[in-house]
Formats: sequence, structure tokens, C-alpha cells
Amino acid sequence: MSGPTPKLQWQGVYKAFGDKRVLRGLDLDVAPGKSLVIIGGSGQGKSVTIKIAAGLMQADAGKMLVDGRDVTALRDKDRRKLASGFGMLFQGGALFDSLTVWENVAFRLINADKVSRKEAKARATEALERVRLGPAVADLYPSELSGGMQKRVGLARAVAANPELIFFDEPTTGLDPITARAINALILEQVKGLGCTAVTITHDLDSARTVGDEIAMINDGVIVWRGPAAEIDRSGNPYVEQFVQGLAEGPIKPAI
Amino acid sequence: MAEVPLALQPVRSVGKSVLDMFRMAGRVALFGVRGVAAILTPPWFPAQLGRQLVGVGYFSLPVVGLTAVFTGAALALNIYTGGGRFNAEQIMPQIVALGITRELGPVLAALMLAGRVSAAMAAEIGAMRATEQIDAMRTLSTDPFRYLVAPRLLATVIVMPLLVVVADIIGIAGGWVVATKTLDFNGAVYVKNTWDFLQSWDVVSGLIKAAVFGFIVALMGCYHGYNSSGGARGVGRATTHAVVSAAILIFAADYLLTSAFTHK
Repeated sequence: MSGPTPKLQWQGVYKAFGDKRVLRGLDLDVAPGKSLVIIGGSGQGKSVTIKIAAGLMQADAGKMLVDGRDVTALRDKDRRKLASGFGMLFQGGALFDSLTVWENVAFRLINADKVSRKEAKARATEALERVRLGPAVADLYPSELSGGMQKRVGLARAVAANPELIFFDEPTTGLDPITARAINALILEQVKGLGCTAVTITHDLDSARTVGDEIAMINDGVIVWRGPAAEIDRSGNPYVEQFVQGLAEGPIKPAI
Repeated sequence: MAEVPLALQPVRSVGKSVLDMFRMAGRVALFGVRGVAAILTPPWFPAQLGRQLVGVGYFSLPVVGLTAVFTGAALALNIYTGGGRFNAEQIMPQIVALGITRELGPVLAALMLAGRVSAAMAAEIGAMRATEQIDAMRTLSTDPFRYLVAPRLLATVIVMPLLVVVADIIGIAGGWVVATKTLDFNGAVYVKNTWDFLQSWDVVSGLIKAAVFGFIVALMGCYHGYNSSGGARGVGRATTHAVVSAAILIFAADYLLTSAFTHK
């Protein structure tokens, strides 16, 4: 292989749930410092792809490489160590509702890195400022925030420990177009600011064009197209064209 | 899969249920062993343990106390009535004390905790599973098993014997109130008879039971919550399974422990 070792690499990854085969030998990689967006319809394997990479799910077969190292066979302890360089923004925010906003943002600092609560709060407040949330929000509980603010808190939590790799799971789902664009802008700003590698899954093309250096399209558990984000509208690929134009007719079967 | 003749379908169904039961027992046992290992080895989360001690222990005091006082009172009346059939009313204080410390204190406190604590644990952890909070914890380099399960198991094992001590005292006091206010027993004599009759093993065996029941209560709550799936419906199902399985296991463990203690 030429060029630098990919930050992330899926090699022939298979995953099934009972009789339903979700990933069918998925091959994909992301270069260090690049932002890859995986698009695809509902039920095509986007979430499973990102969860296997984040260590939240085990592949049935194939390899998942991080910095060239196969992580599929790692023990829990080593996997946790590896995850210390990851951040993840979940679709629903996944904020801990029994903790305040700042405790959510500082969760890793307090519980894994054993940073003092005082220092953790200062760093959490700083991370909140980076996503345009003032100190007044820090002592609120997640249930007191709007959906857009919860996404910002989730983003602040994902970037608080300056990760090398961030996963974004449907970052704009459920948000109005204005808030969605604000979130996209913040994601871009944080990813570029940290210089980290990012993998985003979405079916929001506006989001994909904004945050991605490259876009890959998944269909039926395999990657059917990959290219620069700017090429998405002239890919010449029937799957991508159907997806971009939102056509009911084409090679992609609607998930209903 | 080969087609099973209609006549053998019930046999197949029973066989599948038995295998499922063994599979489930194995999973619960592994979950319990993993829980104990997480209690014994670092990293620990003392703040979580403190929170659970207060939540499970302090906030369960009213429900355990009320259960004990009414049980002690009812037990006193029943034993007085039953003892009267062979002129043995006067041994009522001793029988109340024995019944409360060895059996009813730990069992009823555990059942109340199965309803209050096991259900709450299953619902809370199940909701965290449904909303990806457990996955989020793993991405934040924190083992959810150590953060969520181990403190709950340990706190309940610590707190249950303490709650049973309270239940024993309040239960015996319930019997005392009924005996002295409605059955013309002398209060001081009642206390003396109880004190002279009770052996330390009567209380200690109840406290051992309490610790085991505490482990069962927390184990069922955590296991069903941690392994829940299917959103809100799954959380509801986990809660029901936690309470029912905890109650059944408490009764089963009670028999086994009583049997073991009797042959001691």
C-alpha cells in the first residue's frame, strides 16, 4: 500500500443479526486528518459500520484496523485504552440525564482521566464555549435544553478531551435547517481546529457536503461509490444519483 | 430445521423452554461473576457507590419500616390467637422475635426492595441502554459495568443487612405495641422475654440472608436493565422481569439458606 497508514480501515467486514446480513464484506479506509462522510438509505448498514469502528459492536468476520492495528481481537481493557483517543457524537445526544451539562462534558476527564472536579469544570466550560454555549448552561440538566443545544453539548463532550478521531452519528437528524447548518459549521470548525480524523454517517446531503472531504455511499452492506465531496453531484454512479435526486425508482430499494 | 411431527411439538416446546432457562441461568451467573470481579478490582467509583447507598438504603427506610411494623403487629395477633388454642399465648413475644429475625424481616425487606430498587435499577439502566447512554459511556473510556453495575451490587449487599436490622427492631416493636396496648402484656416483661430468648444466630442468620437477597435484588435489576432491548417496551419488560425474577429467586434462596442453617 502506498501513502500513509490509514487512521481507520475496514477490511472485508461482515455483520449479521440473525438472518439479516447487514454488512457483506465492507472495505473502506480513512486517511489521517481527513473527514469521511458515509451516506446511504435507512437500514443499509451505516450505524453498524460506525459502531464497529468505535468498538461498540463486534464484527462477525473481517478486520477493523486503527492506525494499522487490528482491534477486533483486543481485550476490553485495551479497547478502552484505544477509545481514549476517540470522541463520538450520538444521534440522540446520549447525554447522561442524571448529570449536569458540565458533568456530561467532563465525564471522561473525571471518570477516566481522574482530573480534579475543579479543573474538569474549567475545561468543560471552555469546551462549551467552543460550541457557543455560555457558562449559564453548565449547571443545567440535559432535559432543560433544546434539541439543538443538546447536540452542542454532545459535540462539546466529544471534543473536550481533544480526540484524534471523532465519529458523528446522524449529527443533524431531528434539527431544523438553520440549527442543522449551525451544527454542521461547528463540527467543521472543531474537526479542522483539532486536526483530527472524522467519520460521519448521515442521510443529510447538505451536512455531507459541508463536513466531508470525501463521501462514501453504502448500499446493502457494501460501499458502492466513494469520491471527493465536490464530486457527489456528478458521480455517474446510479446509486448516488438516485440518492442525491431522491428518486423512488432505481437500484436502491426503499426501506418500506 | 427438520420438520417436527405435530405430536412431538409440545415436547419440542418444553425442551426449548428448558434450554432457554439454562442459557439464561448461565448468562445471569456470568453477569454476577463479572459484577463481583468489578467490585473487587479497580477502577472503583466511590461517588457512585455513595449515591447508591443513599438511594437504596436511606430512601428504602420508610417502606421497609412500615412493612415491618405492620407485619410484626399482625404476626403478634396471629400467634396470640393460635397459641391460645393450646394455652401457649405467653410464648407470643418469643415466636414474634424468631419469626421476624430469621424469616420475615429479611424476606419482606427483600421483597419490598425487589419492588422498589430492582425495578428502579432495571428501568434506569434500561433507559440508558435505549438512549445509547451506555454506548456513550464506553466511548468516554469508562466501563459501564464498573460505573453502573458494580456500585449498585455492592451498595445493595451492604445496605440490605442494615435495613433488616431496622426491620427486626421495628417488627418486634410492632408486636410489642399490639401486645401491650390490646392484649394486656406487660411491656417490660415482653422485652425481657424477647431478649432472653433470642440467640445471636437468630439475628445473624437473618442478616446473612439479607446480604444474599440484596445481591439478588441488585443483580436482577442490573441484569435485566443492562440487557434490555426494544426501546420503551423493552424497558417495561426489563422492569417486570427484574421484579418477578428477583422475587422468585429470593424465595428459592430463602429455602436453600434456611435449609442450610437448619442443618448447621
